[in-house]
Amino acid sequence: MSAPEPILSMRDYRLVFDTFDGIYQALDGVGFDLNPGESLGIVGETGCGKSITAKSILGLLPSPPARVLSGEILYRGQDLLKASERDFRRLRGTEIAMIFQDPMTYLNPVFTVGEQLVDAILAHQRAKPGGERMNKAAAKRHAIQMLAKVHLPNPERQFTSYPHELSGGMRQRVLIAMSLSGAPRLLIADEPTTALDVTIQAQILDLIAELIDDLNLSVLMISHDLGVVAKVCDRVIVMYAGHVVEDAPVDQLFNDPRHPYTRGLLASIPHPGRPPTSLSGIPGTLPNLYDPPRGCRFAARCPLAVPACTTAVPEKRHLSGNHLVACIRADEDLPAEAADA
Amino acid sequence: MLEIEDLKVHFPIREKWQKATVKAVNGVSLSIATGDSLGLVGESGSGKSTIGRAILRLNKVTGGDIRLKGMSVVNAGRTEEEMLRRQAQIVFQDPHSALNPRMPILRSVAEPLVLHTKVRGVELRRRVTDLLEIVGLQSQFLYRYPHELSGGQKQRVCIARALALQPELLVLDEPTSALDVSVQAQILEFLKKLQREQNLTYLFISHNLAVIRYICNRTAVMYLGQIVEEGATEQVFSAPRHPYTKVLLEAVPLPEAGQSRRTDVVIGDVPSPVNMPTGCSFHTRCAEAMAGRCDKVAPPPVALADGRRVRCHLFAD
Repeated sequence: MSAPEPILSMRDYRLVFDTFDGIYQALDGVGFDLNPGESLGIVGETGCGKSITAKSILGLLPSPPARVLSGEILYRGQDLLKASERDFRRLRGTEIAMIFQDPMTYLNPVFTVGEQLVDAILAHQRAKPGGERMNKAAAKRHAIQMLAKVHLPNPERQFTSYPHELSGGMRQRVLIAMSLSGAPRLLIADEPTTALDVTIQAQILDLIAELIDDLNLSVLMISHDLGVVAKVCDRVIVMYAGHVVEDAPVDQLFNDPRHPYTRGLLASIPHPGRPPTSLSGIPGTLPNLYDPPRGCRFAARCPLAVPACTTAVPEKRHLSGNHLVACIRADEDLPAEAADA
Repeated sequence: MLEIEDLKVHFPIREKWQKATVKAVNGVSLSIATGDSLGLVGESGSGKSTIGRAILRLNKVTGGDIRLKGMSVVNAGRTEEEMLRRQAQIVFQDPHSALNPRMPILRSVAEPLVLHTKVRGVELRRRVTDLLEIVGLQSQFLYRYPHELSGGQKQRVCIARALALQPELLVLDEPTSALDVSVQAQILEFLKKLQREQNLTYLFISHNLAVIRYICNRTAVMYLGQIVEEGATEQVFSAPRHPYTKVLLEAVPLPEAGQSRRTDVVIGDVPSPVNMPTGCSFHTRCAEAMAGRCDKVAPPPVALADGRRVRCHLFAD
């Protein structure tokens, strides 16, 4: 398969936070490519660095405390780590858009949905280099079109609603409409359905899937829910304590996970569609990232760990085609007692 | 062990300057046998937590009765309440806010013993050490403060505290929802083992269907203050009958390869609990709703041949 030019690629990205307690080594050598039209999932547990990765792309981390040590984030050839705040203002919304976990906190409670949408649309218009100016009436028409596109019932009426009058699912639809109103190429979705009930989540995931197809969007979907990622994404990267440990097409990741952490994670979740089998869990806790262990950050909890794991960070290597894993013992089976512990 | 009969919990509110009522729980009947674990599953606002809290007398009950080992919880006086407290305990969702940050673990876990028994001093410390051992924490945790513990460890402390008075019924209100999956797996395994060893009865409240299927032998599905389907867990999950149960199960994304990206089953939002639909409360979202019947008449619970109860007109007559 000849690889298309990736729309986004992150290379050897290292980020730390300077805090009173010391230097928090949040991300260490994170790298991945996102191809046009692809939807890529990032999964991992609390503190693995998945949200920080997403925020880095849009330049949303305040510095200080954040400090980039190395690496580059290339969006269509442009290095975002060298971009100025002005450059970002041009990119946000019109090239790269983001939706967040809690739809309530990202809408202003004292303005109507319509006012906020029109503001966003006009701002996007101004940001577009050489874009034609839109007047308020045209922006309103566009806003109502966007609300209809995300299947908000009765968009003309909802245009004049306040956020508190909408349910959680409807608010998330409004935010999706807002983020897509500038016709971005890349959508970053940070836990977009975590705050929603399952029946509402299913509807929002349907909407995202529909928009991926209709608008030819590339999507970076961040989630702790392996089910959500399995449903929506073409490819998944698994993060642990600031490292990318596995990067694989979704079928391979779920049918043949190779990194011991990924295997532990999959063995930890009860399956809603099957009768119960015992869950293994992963013993131990996350390493202290103020003083991270040398070598593999998962080694202390890993059933396959050998002394070599603690001396050097394992290189990412290709297992087959585009299945990458950062583990020196990825080809081996887990010891039997770990499988039924 | 526990019998709930036609339980109603209504909350008065003001909406647009008018008095209104939220019917959080609206006619729920349930019973849990000793040693069973009943899963109460539903979406937010379905009233599942309200039931759990009502059992512990943390909510005022509007109508109906709750009996724990034959004793009425609703009409209990002070001495009876004290006895009930020893028999039923609750573990909440968020262990960070359920522990006093200024109390060391020893004091938090000892508190029920201090309030209800005359155990003091060395004996008290020994009892707390034993309790922590049951939940898998060593004695070095006795003098630590909550902020020094991880989320999973804090939840274990909350479980130890709930076990202090040797209750027979444990209400677990989303005990793993605030935890990461690898930690959740450990707590779930532990809860299963604990139930076997101590012959406890669980009322397990969760929005997570997979967790319910894993822990519970019976499952009750709630929608807008009512139980729409109740039966043995494997039956409910493998052959759901009520249209809402079907929708709920189809809506869950599965952690496996080869799924369709689209679900295409559910329509619309949950109606407001203040202004509930007439007839069956699910008819506004139900694909199988029958005009003239489901929107007019509330379906009574129907007992099916396999021991399930379903509240739906499709199964009447």
